[in-house]
Amino acid sequence: MKILVCISNVPDTTTKVKFVDDFKRLDTTGIQWIINPWDELSLTRALELKDNPSNGIQCVTIAHVGLITTEPTIRKGLAIGADDAIRINTEPSDANFVAAQLAEVIKANPYDIILCGIESSDYNGSNVGGMLAEYLEYPSVSAVSELRIENGQVIINREIDGGKEVVTIPVPFVAIVQKGIAREPRIASMRGIMTARTKPIKVSEPITLDLFTEVVNFEMPKPHPTCKFIDPENPKLLVELLQNEAKVI
Amino acid sequence: MSVLVFTENWDGKFKKLSFEIVSYASKLAEKLGTFSIALSIGNVEKTELERLGKYGAGKVINVSDNLLNILDNQVYSSVIAQIVKKEDAKVIILACNNTGKAIAPRLSVKLKAGAASCVSKLPDSIDPFIVFKKVHSGNAFANIRINTDIKILTLAQNSFELIESENHATIENLPFQIDATLLKTQVKEVQKLTGKILLTDADIVVSGGRGMKSPDNWAPLIELADLLGAATACTRPVSDEGWRPHEEHTGQTGKIIAPNLYFAIGISGSTQHIAGVSSSKCIVAINIDKDAPVFEVARYGIVGDAMKVLPRLVEAVKEIKNK
Ligand SMILES: Cc1cc2nc3c(=O)[nH]c(=O)nc-3n(C[C@H](O)[C@H](O)[C@H](O)COP(=O)(O)OP(=O)(O)OC[C@H]3O[C@@H](n4cnc5c(N)ncnc54)[C@H](O)[C@@H]3O)c2cc1C
Repeated sequence: MKILVCISNVPDTTTKVKFVDDFKRLDTTGIQWIINPWDELSLTRALELKDNPSNGIQCVTIAHVGLITTEPTIRKGLAIGADDAIRINTEPSDANFVAAQLAEVIKANPYDIILCGIESSDYNGSNVGGMLAEYLEYPSVSAVSELRIENGQVIINREIDGGKEVVTIPVPFVAIVQKGIAREPRIASMRGIMTARTKPIKVSEPITLDLFTEVVNFEMPKPHPTCKFIDPENPKLLVELLQNEAKVI
Repeated sequence: MSVLVFTENWDGKFKKLSFEIVSYASKLAEKLGTFSIALSIGNVEKTELERLGKYGAGKVINVSDNLLNILDNQVYSSVIAQIVKKEDAKVIILACNNTGKAIAPRLSVKLKAGAASCVSKLPDSIDPFIVFKKVHSGNAFANIRINTDIKILTLAQNSFELIESENHATIENLPFQIDATLLKTQVKEVQKLTGKILLTDADIVVSGGRGMKSPDNWAPLIELADLLGAATACTRPVSDEGWRPHEEHTGQTGKIIAPNLYFAIGISGSTQHIAGVSSSKCIVAINIDKDAPVFEVARYGIVGDAMKVLPRLVEAVKEIKNK
């Protein structure tokens, strides 16, 4: 079986975001780019599956939609242990655009298990995985917190609203993964970093497509009201304020 | 033309979230000069379906079939897509929860409809159609234009007030032919979280961080939660250490919640934690360090040792509750 891990290139999660061009564009100066945290966990899980020969995973490939400037992020994924990568050479304009690009390359070269993160930490869209599955006409499972292979059968834990389910799904499929899929993201070893330099990144050119959605502009959150401090000896006052001022209890 | 809202049920019952999205869909329909249709999938009693009318649904469509007892993303999205076409729906609303997030993107591709997820208010502009949503995990917002004829929105939880009225909806039971070959998901086991207030549903959440020092110190925090009818939550290191169950992990990589009241106790207020709770209406922080970043987002704060403050707070709540 072959696993494809779709990764998104996002600002480090502690970035203090700022915008330029009249709030139309993210100010990228000084930003550290990372693999989207959920995608990093997916990749970790894919590699864990591959580590156990009885799972029969031949290769773990990274797919990414982005310009050449994002190659350091792809190299990070290769250093962590992916075998190879595909980069579709275009700006990832919106979720539908990204999913359609990915679907194009996957149709030409199919995979059995496709992993996408539940959202990207920049646009918080939660859309690419499901859209990709629909373009491919593959089944999809969302909110996946565990994925294992037993006797050639994929077994998945998914979170539903109000509980958990253990489900099975035939390959090929798309799993949209969240917390739990792997405990800690795998870290690149020195050797991994060295070998990543020579691992292949295949570059594909994009298809043209109308955009379904576009960002008009960004806004910053309203400043928080300054915190009212309450004497630790007098929590009764807090309860009164919650009752009468904030009216939340 | 109509606005279609997909209302999920839990063992045949709707939740506040269902009524929020129906209220939202109905208000949006009013803006568009049309009406809203609530779609319910599964076994729901007529009296329960009628409740959707009270929140403005003009019509309720009920589809039930044994094949729909399993949430299969392909089956559900194909059913909804067919109803969208039948009812000429131009806007489709789902909840921004696990189910909504599973179905909306598939629908989007099926219907060539632009999708925006977790929008948090009514669109300011209908033509062009511009929606407002959180990005960068709450550190910014974006206005997003949807260019397509049909639009799909998922609505963030607790972001829209319920609007009740005297409205009555007609109920239409729709016989439906489901393509059984689409059903690929097989459920082997279900673990329901019962008897607990679900974190994502709770109006009040009491949450503890590493400043709680040890898993043995949670009793007063749980007592406070019980007194307030609140759910309990925690930060990532707390669940990673196994002090609290993983379901309680809140933040960017855990649950994203938006209660009316959030208590952050012994929580420093890292960007990743706040990302999961920044939509809370009111945050109370209790922390020994007066410079903890959590106070920047809190409306009320107590600087002090949680182990001393919590028991006092519990007593104060008891006193007020007994009045
Ligand atoms: C990619 C990524 C994703 C992440 N996702 C999440 C996430 O989803 N959720 C999450 O929570 N974290 C997440 N984190 C971790 C995050 O960066 C912080 O490490 C974490 O939130 C800190 O948890 P904490 O507040 O419990 O602990 P700490 O930061 O250690 O804070 C403990 C606080 O307790 C206070 N304190 C100590 N003693 C007492 C006392 N006796 N009484 C009162 N207060 C006391 C201290 O002053 C301090 O402010 C993520 C990190 C990364 C890199």
